[in-house]
Amino acid sequence: MMKLSLGPILWFWSKQTVFDFYARAAEWPVDTIYLGEAVCSRRRELKPGDWFDLARDLKACGKDVVLSTQTLIESEADLRRLRRICDQHEFAVEANDQSALQVAIQNAIPFITGPSMNVYNVATLKVLARQGLKAWNLPVELGKEALGQLLEGLREESIDAPAEVFAWGFLPLAWSSRCFTARHYNLPKDNCEFRCLEHPDGMALRSRESQELFRINGISTLSGSRYDLMRELPEMQRMGVSTIRLSPELQGMDEVVKRFDQVRCGEVPSTDPLQLVEAPPCNGYWYGKPGMDLVGL
Amino acid sequence: MELVCPAGSLPALKTAVDNGANAIYFGFRDSTNARQFAGLNFNDKRAAEGIEYAHARGARVFTAINTYPQPEGWSQWKSAVDRAASLGVDAIILADMGLLDYAANKYPEIPRHLSVQGSATSYEALSFYKDNFDIRRAVLPRVLSLDQVRGVAKRSPVELEVFAFGSLCIMAEGRCYLSSYLTDESPNTRGACSPAKAVRWQETAQGLESRLNGVLIDRYGQGEAAGYPTLCKGRFEVEGDVYHAIEEPVSLNTLDLLPALRDLGIRAVKIEGRQRSPAYIAEVARTWRHALDNLEASNQAFAVEPQWQTTLAGLSEGGLTTLGAYHRKWK
Repeated sequence: MMKLSLGPILWFWSKQTVFDFYARAAEWPVDTIYLGEAVCSRRRELKPGDWFDLARDLKACGKDVVLSTQTLIESEADLRRLRRICDQHEFAVEANDQSALQVAIQNAIPFITGPSMNVYNVATLKVLARQGLKAWNLPVELGKEALGQLLEGLREESIDAPAEVFAWGFLPLAWSSRCFTARHYNLPKDNCEFRCLEHPDGMALRSRESQELFRINGISTLSGSRYDLMRELPEMQRMGVSTIRLSPELQGMDEVVKRFDQVRCGEVPSTDPLQLVEAPPCNGYWYGKPGMDLVGL
Repeated sequence: MELVCPAGSLPALKTAVDNGANAIYFGFRDSTNARQFAGLNFNDKRAAEGIEYAHARGARVFTAINTYPQPEGWSQWKSAVDRAASLGVDAIILADMGLLDYAANKYPEIPRHLSVQGSATSYEALSFYKDNFDIRRAVLPRVLSLDQVRGVAKRSPVELEVFAFGSLCIMAEGRCYLSSYLTDESPNTRGACSPAKAVRWQETAQGLESRLNGVLIDRYGQGEAAGYPTLCKGRFEVEGDVYHAIEEPVSLNTLDLLPALRDLGIRAVKIEGRQRSPAYIAEVARTWRHALDNLEASNQAFAVEPQWQTTLAGLSEGGLTTLGAYHRKWK
């Protein structure tokens, strides 16, 4: 059976909110939990020690825990945090940048490449498989055709590299050195007053015709529509996808996990849409269309 | 410091050489490079002519093969590397790890430069590329402040090239999927951002509208200068405010930083713009040549001449330039 994973929390939540979220997640039917700050170096509600404690707690609850790393590495302080995460042999790490690949390889820690790592072909996977690749995420802009070819190529070359697919949530699409939340409030990034805390699901960026385009979330930009591949799970299973990634949201996540769990167990998906934060659904990338498109519903 | 100029055509290449470029970079006429535009770029015959022209005048030529091949494109991208090798280029600019691996094994003698699309923003990332593919040089993404560039440069295992002038990407390059989210093409997959095929202009009662795959990117009032609808430079609404929520239409210009970049040991400055005309390339190359020559001659007393800035501002998006992320406050 395909595994379910909870990706790293891409938003900025208070320490207590994070602890409460994972206390609930410990009870959910997810197999893998990614923990850690993957977006902004200024988000330090949880210290590295807090993340390690949380990781051990969740491991004790039977979860497979992976420590996530920051996607855009800009400074020596960022590298120090990265080394701290990689200075252990209890957990695999999610490498979201080549800096993390380098440090993980040098420390001989198994790594999983995150969705922002550019894995577009089998030759790339071969390079990584030689050096400790445990699994890899399909880049969000690729769909079933490329995935099918990648999986076929891996089989032909007898490379054991399980694939994970981002299947539910707002898609992480871009990272900048600029903070768009601070920009919105006319604050300098270095003195942002941590306004992201007020937006636990990011801020909607709309066209002047009120079309939901993106969600701004600190230095990152996410899709304005919510990616939802629930109905594609049977096909993914046939293709040989190993893990389905769900991206955390503050509200209703238990219900999302429940439904994906039902579908992976072969139950017919419920047709009524999930009403969480109000956002249109999309699935275009899976079909090789613009990511914002909704195909077949 | 080396002046690296873009060429989207043979006339542009010759113009760049004639106006003082030390090196020129070009791409083939397909999606294997990050500036895929109709009618732009080189076939093998044109490339051979350009390389001969440049080499005869002491300039070097690099080929950019800096998009990410998917399985069905793998043989085409691989053959682009083979073509560049057989043309005798001085370096190949690559981003994809698979392709870097192929080039390093098959053509170890041809220098490999890491494209800005390889997203290397730290010396650890640079070490990864150096250890695995023995890259000689890397182009740094336009997201680092000058202090951060200093931190990278101090411990970089390879030569560094930085962007000097031209369009400003404000997202970490190589990891921006905004374009494929609104259209079906991105820099990574097709070498295109906000592709022209998806652009529509419409005169309406509310003003001139620019759209990308139907999405309203901007609307211009009377007398407002309209720009190409690059999706991150439009005006959008966030919590009731309509503004350039991501970035203004503006160009990067780092003339002021030249002495600092030299002191950091930066080996080359890069001009963006393979999509630009030969006339544009001529003016930009000439201006930067003057600046670099003055820098070399003047040692500590380098001063930016107002005329250079006027020329460059006139060639910029919206007539505006910025130091971008090099300047901490921009962030």
